[in-house]
Amino acid sequence: MRNPFQGMNAMIYKEVIHIRQDSAAIFFALFIPIVQMTILGFGIDTNIRQIKTVIFDDNQKKESREFIDRLRNSDTYRIVKYVYSDHEMNEAIIGAEARVGIKIPWDYSDRLLKGETAQVMVLIDGSDSSVAGQAINVSAAIGLEESLKRVLAVGQTLPVEIRPKVLFNPDSRSPNFFLPGLMAVLLLSVTTFLTAFAIVREKEKGTLEQLFVTPVKPMGLLLGKILPYLGIGFTELCIILVALVTIFKVPIHGSVILLLVLSIPYLFVSLSFGTLISTKARSQAEAMQMAFLTFLPSIFFSGYIFPRETMPLPFYIISMFVPATYFINITRGIILRGAGLRHLWFDAFMLVIMGSLLFFAAARRFQKKVVAT
Amino acid sequence: MTDIAIRTENLTRRFGDFTAVSDVNIQVQHGEVFGFLGPNGSGKTTVIKLLTGLLPLSGGDAWVDGIDVRKDPEEVREHIGYMSQKFSLYDDLTVLENLTFYGRIYGLCPEKLRSRIDDIVSQNVLGPYVNRQAGKLSGGWKQRLALGCAMLHEPKIMFLDEPTAGIDPVARRQLWDLLFDLSGKGITFFVTTHYMDEAERCSHVAYIYFSKLIADGTPAQLEAMPDVNPVGTRRLEIRTTQVTRGLRLVRKFQGVHYATVFGQSVHALVDGSFDQEGLAKLLKQEGIDITEVRPLTASLEDVFVELTYRRQAEMEGKHA
Ligand SMILES: Nc1ncnc2c1ncn2[C@@H]1O[C@H](COP(=O)(O)OP(=O)(O)O)[C@@H](O)[C@H]1O
Ligand SMILES: [Mg+2]
Repeated sequence: MRNPFQGMNAMIYKEVIHIRQDSAAIFFALFIPIVQMTILGFGIDTNIRQIKTVIFDDNQKKESREFIDRLRNSDTYRIVKYVYSDHEMNEAIIGAEARVGIKIPWDYSDRLLKGETAQVMVLIDGSDSSVAGQAINVSAAIGLEESLKRVLAVGQTLPVEIRPKVLFNPDSRSPNFFLPGLMAVLLLSVTTFLTAFAIVREKEKGTLEQLFVTPVKPMGLLLGKILPYLGIGFTELCIILVALVTIFKVPIHGSVILLLVLSIPYLFVSLSFGTLISTKARSQAEAMQMAFLTFLPSIFFSGYIFPRETMPLPFYIISMFVPATYFINITRGIILRGAGLRHLWFDAFMLVIMGSLLFFAAARRFQKKVVAT
Repeated sequence: MTDIAIRTENLTRRFGDFTAVSDVNIQVQHGEVFGFLGPNGSGKTTVIKLLTGLLPLSGGDAWVDGIDVRKDPEEVREHIGYMSQKFSLYDDLTVLENLTFYGRIYGLCPEKLRSRIDDIVSQNVLGPYVNRQAGKLSGGWKQRLALGCAMLHEPKIMFLDEPTAGIDPVARRQLWDLLFDLSGKGITFFVTTHYMDEAERCSHVAYIYFSKLIADGTPAQLEAMPDVNPVGTRRLEIRTTQVTRGLRLVRKFQGVHYATVFGQSVHALVDGSFDQEGLAKLLKQEGIDITEVRPLTASLEDVFVELTYRRQAEMEGKHA
């Protein structure tokens, strides 16, 4: 009986030398994620604030000015311009000077004083649906508050008060939500690309063919290729976690150890996937294209950008086959909610299943000898 | 260990409709340096890949060191060394690291590995370069290193696919000296090449053309083949003062089957009706002197050219 892992140590020895020799590429691979995190962590804020607003106060009374003050004090609106006609207001929105136009009609204060319903017109540029949605909600809330104040006698309290308390991410900070997802996507991309290239390069050079006439076993070859990159993926993960806590101030509520442990099956998935790509691809360029193609579902269907709950059914089904889906559940669970293995066992289980399947598929492809001709 | 190092019976490999290797029968004895010749695309590399277990056979059988290639390709791999057409080294690893890597792949224990590396380094005179990156070696040294890597596990049978393509003549000569040295120690070499001078050195040569083996034997046997030396013809070396103009005239002369230039002389295959005096007279009229005429035996190049022409004519005959 021959050792089924024959050649593994030799492969690791060699890959580590490659990695040392190519330290520039590795540095780049580790550094790029930090750049991406910085862009997303500091630059992108999905909570909509400071929407550019144009005001047409046709009333010009104490009441209308009170209303405008209220708008100004909300974080949602930023008044960029006061205009004096409907036409000017329209122009400001069409010309993208403002996203929202608020018109207080000439009879606003009169109607209020008479006890009639006063109207405020809010024009919203719907080209960005999330901005529009936020503008509608906030304007409705301000209107409601304004109304209640006038209906209730002075000193009277509200019969029902809703006091929402946001758990886990109390300030609703975007980075807290985005970065754990980004982490999954970054780990995937770096490790998939690195392994895909590592094997295609040997194919192009002809060294893979040379290896096939040695007694190296498919499992030995594969593990020898994967393990050094598992090390890199792990280093990457640690760098990301440190950056997360120190630079981006995202607290980790759960167990870091659990996160590290559960990242291993995920890394196995992406490394095996990279290997599988490299058994198919004939050139580094082809490997790159294939890696990109598989990369997209991880961005769009994993819940990283679009919540899975609101996906149409076909997309939801696709998302179940995307490994990043499960790892994002794990990272968000541990980092944001302090979840433990008892909450996350299913996600971990899915990753282990996917990792094993992909690993054996890759090993099988090697068995059949992917000799480049 | 069996008497025969490599044996094939009707070895065949098809790629779809295309037959790259067709019913090839070869026998190579232990310790032979077997030269496997053929033009580009004739199937040499494919035969090596079949024998080393890199490609499955489409038909026929093959045994390497007595092991059935169909049944146990893995066992075959323990007994052979293979150097592919492009020297497959890791350019960013040093000479020593390349050797260490291949030694470990073959599962040599650390002491064994060290002594084998010492042997290989001294055998291939790689001493001064052990810490140089393989990518920075010149062609000849790269090829020595590749040979060394392929021999770390002390294989008895070596397959070398065009080992001398693209290296300088000195390195070429040194490599062949090394091969004979090793073959003297009982190692069998299966070597493909384009170079006739290399073929002449081999103890056994075979010629493959368009997937079929069309000649097989010692160089002397091949040079004496009746196909190459038809009854009633002889070969002559004609030295003249102007070789290229002379060639044109010789070719047109009656009784000449075929003529070609070798250095300062014309080699010709002529039949019984050839009139040497007449040729001398004709050349004289053009101002060319014949300085010497000598009988010649066929060279391996003559053999392969002749066989190729015959085979081409046969194939065209079939198509017509
Ligand atoms: N994997 C393959 N698929 C299809 N055709 C192939 C393959 N490998 C080799 N061939 C064809 O088989 C023929 C013999 O190739 P090869 O053995 O490389 O020739 P040589 O080594 O003598 O130059 C060529 O025509 C080549 O195109
Ligand atoms: Mg070839």
